[in-house]
Amino acid sequence: MSAMTFLIVAVIKIAVTLGVLLTVVAYTVWLERKLVGRMQNRWGPSRVGPFGLLQPLADGIKFLLKEDLTPPYVEKNIYLLAPGLALIMALTSIALVPIGPIIHLFGISTPLQITGVVDASGQASDINVGILIVLGITSLGVYGIALAGWSSNSKYSLLGSLRASAQMVSYEVSLGLSLVGVLLMSSTLSLSGIVHAQLGTWFGFIPQWFIFKGQIVAFFVYMMAAFAETNRIPFDLPEAETELVAGYHTEYSAMKFAMFFMAEYANMVTVACIASVMFLGGWSGPPLPFLPAAVQAFLPLVWFSSKIFFFLFLYIWIRGTLPRFRYDQLMAFGWKFLFPLALANVVVTAFFVAIRA
Amino acid sequence: MHLFLFLLFGSICAGAAVNLLIQRKTINSALSLIVVMGSLALLYLLLGAEFVAVVQVIIYAGAIMVLYIFVIMLLNAGDEEQSKGSNVAKIFGIPSLFAGGIIGIWVLLQHRPAEKPISIGALYGPADQVGMMLFTKYLLAFEVTSILVLIAIMGAVVLARRSHTS
Repeated sequence: MSAMTFLIVAVIKIAVTLGVLLTVVAYTVWLERKLVGRMQNRWGPSRVGPFGLLQPLADGIKFLLKEDLTPPYVEKNIYLLAPGLALIMALTSIALVPIGPIIHLFGISTPLQITGVVDASGQASDINVGILIVLGITSLGVYGIALAGWSSNSKYSLLGSLRASAQMVSYEVSLGLSLVGVLLMSSTLSLSGIVHAQLGTWFGFIPQWFIFKGQIVAFFVYMMAAFAETNRIPFDLPEAETELVAGYHTEYSAMKFAMFFMAEYANMVTVACIASVMFLGGWSGPPLPFLPAAVQAFLPLVWFSSKIFFFLFLYIWIRGTLPRFRYDQLMAFGWKFLFPLALANVVVTAFFVAIRA
Repeated sequence: MHLFLFLLFGSICAGAAVNLLIQRKTINSALSLIVVMGSLALLYLLLGAEFVAVVQVIIYAGAIMVLYIFVIMLLNAGDEEQSKGSNVAKIFGIPSLFAGGIIGIWVLLQHRPAEKPISIGALYGPADQVGMMLFTKYLLAFEVTSILVLIAIMGAVVLARRSHTS
């Protein structure tokens, strides 16, 4: 593949992925309002378009046209930097997620992954420390929130961002450790390599996903830590409206507020992607040989998007179900329960991997 | 291309380091330090050491600097107080800075190692090789460091407990 084709393919992949991601983000907000509405015996948005489907568009226009005010007492540069930082960090990690296998189009073969390439032997390969880069970007995402709260120069914002950064730093430990078991079993750090390690099946129909290979505890720990990382209920203390108005984005309005909002939902999507890649086999699924070949080609995308939908639904479902933690409960849960559990999982997995080897 | 990237990130790194020193607001200095860490990680990446680069981002930019920012936010540290600048500093400081720099470069040139410096992109440091080195060649240093960290953690716990009871 020449440098020019490589560049064009990369740009197309980035544009498509970004477009799809932002659409998913917009419609996750719609889905959340709709589902939580139904759970609380209401209709949710229903006025703009059929079933309120054009609501995200209306919200977007509203965010763009609202007065964008900057309070006079803020630390201006950092105040303006923070929402951009939060959004960029949230949108970057999707680049490393393998969305599908190699596709062949117009004589060019390329894996459905922004950082992925086809190597000399015709296999899909990507950055061989992929999962660490995702973790690194996640840990940089704290800055957007921390700086937003600090630069707003307001009590509520500061308290919100202090809570958020303490919470994210604490749960990052469990998040990282919960992935170690999977990494031990797949013996690679590259995300497409991890998907390839889960491709086989038992008895021809049960897929060999890591969640079925004994990583169910790790999956549980990962999901708990991921909920905390994305500041979602029941871990949404940074923006607990009963205590802190709106937490770290109290002082933000119009598009700057929308950027935090989009960052939160983009983070949810990324976390769902990583969960499905690490534990649910990414784009792989049980084989369905009775389907025609034209449908087979789209199966990986169907599997992947249905897994993402499952996780987004889970997020919304839990939001409609659980109350918020108290702050000391949050810290105790993170450090005294999840962290030892993740460590124990690492030790047990390492033991079994060592026996097998 | 590599050389251009090296010069770009090298100058960003050095510029941010200078900015770190001359900024008067604590938070700006901390942010410059993050830029220094980030561009250092990119320099490692240029050398080909992917694992080290990512670990640099995760540990320094992602964990240690978050803690710094956290402390700055908690204490709400104000602007740094600066004196008006004494004449002694101007008369002696600037020439001795130059002299020191020149002597430093001269010493470095004199003691240049015989083998060639590592070329860009030549270092191959995947995670498994780094792990292998840690647990074989550098095992003693690794274990001693972990004990050091353990002692630090115990010290922090002791200090936290003491302020609680009194």
